Amino acid sequence: MAHHTENDFHQTGEIPKPQTKAIWKTFGILVALTALEFLIAFTMDAGTARNAIFIILTLFKAFYIVAEFMHLKHETKSLIWSIIIPLALVVWLMVALLAEGSYYYESITNYFK
Amino acid sequence: MSTSTTLEAPNSGTWDGGNEPMKASYGKLMMWFFLLSDAFTFGAFLIVYGLARHAHMPYTGEPEAFTFSTEWWPIPEKVFNAFPGFHGVDLPLAFVALMTMILILSSVTMVLAVEAGHRMDKNDVQKWLLWTILFGATFLGCQAWEWAHFITGTDEGMLLADGTRVFGANLTVNQYGPPLFADLFFFITGFHGTHVFTGWILLLIAFISTVNGVYQKRGHYEMVEKIGLYWHFVDLVWVFVFTFFYLI
Repeated sequence: MAHHTENDFHQTGEIPKPQTKAIWKTFGILVALTALEFLIAFTMDAGTARNAIFIILTLFKAFYIVAEFMHLKHETKSLIWSIIIPLALVVWLMVALLAEGSYYYESITNYFK
Repeated sequence: MSTSTTLEAPNSGTWDGGNEPMKASYGKLMMWFFLLSDAFTFGAFLIVYGLARHAHMPYTGEPEAFTFSTEWWPIPEKVFNAFPGFHGVDLPLAFVALMTMILILSSVTMVLAVEAGHRMDKNDVQKWLLWTILFGATFLGCQAWEWAHFITGTDEGMLLADGTRVFGANLTVNQYGPPLFADLFFFITGFHGTHVFTGWILLLIAFISTVNGVYQKRGHYEMVEKIGLYWHFVDLVWVFVFTFFYLI
């Protein structure tokens, strides 16, 4: 049998069968999480608890998209961390500015009272 | 020589580009860091959204009695409740649910195209790229409708203190609530839509190249993989936009 290197430009022989089980499983999870979000949107009253559930479900969805679809889970550790650490800092900024927004709201409403 | 230049093996020496840090090719690595910087941009938009929303009065009354007012931030379910072909029917979030499903589906067909590329299966890559292009175009069409509806407004509009009514939305005034609400809708979904459109163009180019056998000749489908990374990122952003703009 002829030896094929990685740079063998001419496809020879059979094309392997598709391995799509994991892809469809991830799709199922994403659809289920989205459906759950809609269910909660119409059955639960708006409030901090509902928002917390939405954000947690969103983070789960983000994990599956990035880890499986974007294949980050299967990259080297250094690549994974160099993406996650800067993103974590942005999330921190987001939380900090949300708190700041409520403070700003509190101050102006109390000021004009 | 002239025919073989594009087919030559890549340089293999450490200082000739043969060394791949983090075991990812240059193109893939740069795509990752571009996406990271893009995530900062979208993060900034969502931060501004959160700040603006918290700086406005929330609606405190019964959800059933909700009316549009510049006094408070609107409830998303009451704003986004229209569906093409069902004029005047209250279908909260139904259309955005459809859009979300279309984008998730397009992400799946994209990852299937990447998988087919790993197997050097040209026909499968073509098939799945074509599905992705189709779903991408459908999503863009849906967003165009959503924008058109948002700009035109509802039949009732919003009653102002002087008795006049405001219909639809623009950057300075809108019938749904504070001006910032419409501004942020246009900026966030518009910026996302621009990304989808860019990705869609890239997909078209990849599809034409695949049909012409460019990647088959090159020996790998890494270009499809890189465009796939971008496309999944666009889907990821939508997941966040969907949660923060439409659900919360």
